[in-house]
Amino acid sequence: MIDTVLYRLSRVSMKRAGRSALKDVELDLRVSELTVLVGPSGAGKTSLLRLLNRLDSPTSGSILYDGRPIESYSVLDLRRRVGFVFQKPVMFPGTVRGNMERAARIVGLAAGEIEERMREAMETAELPLNLLDRDGSELSLGQQQRANLARCLMTGPETLLLDEPTSALDPETSDRLLRTIRKLCRERGHTVIMATHRVGEAAAVGDRLVSIREGAVADPELDPATLARALEQGVDRDLPPST
Amino acid sequence: MDILSSPVIDISWLDLVGAAGLILLSVGITRWQGTRLAGSFLLGGVRTVVQLTVVGYVLVYIFNVNQWYWVMAALLLMTVVATREAVGRQDSRPSILYGITGLSLAVGSGFTLFYVSAVVVQVEPWYNPRYTIPLFGMIVGNAMNAAALAAERLAAELSMRRGEVEAYLALGADSAEAAREPVRSALRAALIPTLNSLMVVGIVALPGMMTGQILGGVSPLTAIRYQIVVMFMLAGSVTLTATLVTIGYRRRFFTTAEQLRLRPE
Repeated sequence: MIDTVLYRLSRVSMKRAGRSALKDVELDLRVSELTVLVGPSGAGKTSLLRLLNRLDSPTSGSILYDGRPIESYSVLDLRRRVGFVFQKPVMFPGTVRGNMERAARIVGLAAGEIEERMREAMETAELPLNLLDRDGSELSLGQQQRANLARCLMTGPETLLLDEPTSALDPETSDRLLRTIRKLCRERGHTVIMATHRVGEAAAVGDRLVSIREGAVADPELDPATLARALEQGVDRDLPPST
Repeated sequence: MDILSSPVIDISWLDLVGAAGLILLSVGITRWQGTRLAGSFLLGGVRTVVQLTVVGYVLVYIFNVNQWYWVMAALLLMTVVATREAVGRQDSRPSILYGITGLSLAVGSGFTLFYVSAVVVQVEPWYNPRYTIPLFGMIVGNAMNAAALAAERLAAELSMRRGEVEAYLALGADSAEAAREPVRSALRAALIPTLNSLMVVGIVALPGMMTGQILGGVSPLTAIRYQIVVMFMLAGSVTLTATLVTIGYRRRFFTTAEQLRLRPE
């Protein structure tokens, strides 16, 4: 495993609407790893992910990306390098193809490259090509989630932030999507940072598990054995207290 | 007798007392129906008399002194009042919105007035209050409605379509691209009333200015030419002002780091 730090968060705090969402977060996230932020709903996982491609800025503390302060990058370039798939899929009005083309236009992809990139992204997200001409709103939730992933891949990101990607999916569709996510990391070399409140899912997919609770890092390297015990006890909605 | 050359019937102050009978009719009906609007109708009637009388004397004064700075002062006052009214209609009123709306109204309405008075009507002297003040009144009144609609709709659209806007931002789009659809919706909402009035003018209703001119003794053929100018003028000023408000206000919903904030600053 390559142990290169991609993100270094030091004493990062953030307030949202006057309330503390993150408190003094200290965390290193490594390149080419599949890191899972695991914690109950409202723990601050989404707030943390939003800081990583600057949809929000911390109230205090610093974030280094690839060794440099995250603010030193052009925010548009950073977001093209760090893709973000939201918990609730968002399809732009129009067809799936239209969605993909819009993403391609944002990064200025040459017309000749769009078709090939689109095919590749659809294949990676395990979506059949005949969906391209369907209206985005007609897709099932699972298909929309995959289409969002495919659209995100159109910008050629190195890092993927996935916020509760399976929260609205049935178990079978969830498993398929998780396999895809693992493949993105293992075979395509993407760094993946994923948030979930499902312990079993975290244990199944992650190279590294980070426990987030009440806006803070409860455990930066959650012990898989602790997790296994929790699973044996049938806890699959919340984490046991970290030691 | 040629109907076009017949003298204009003057309305005396005593005649207005007769006209007030119609307001009293409204007061009576609203009281009978229990709408609790009778008092407002009475107040509205009194305000109409007082405000228009004051405006009449002010206009007589400005026409008599005929100085460019008095005309400019009147136009400025109209812009300020229109700005306050447009911003006052918003649910959220960040102080910056006064600046954006005021500037948009000044530029949108000012340019349109300049174009109409200098290029189309060719007013002499350039500030002739008999033309500039009524024309500007119509321009700024319509532009004010458009500005209010545009700002209100933009704020609502950005709030409603937050997920979509942030999905664009997350892909690396800039705020102009991310807010393109909300901006389009806001512009449409602001422009459709003017567009509708272009479609039905003269068919569904005779516009106030044209009616006024005809009642004032002007030939309907002259009156319609003025009205055509007015309709085009309103289309221009409304489009210009709504676009400036939408673009100016849109920027306030995003930080310099292209982050969406739902409370504009």
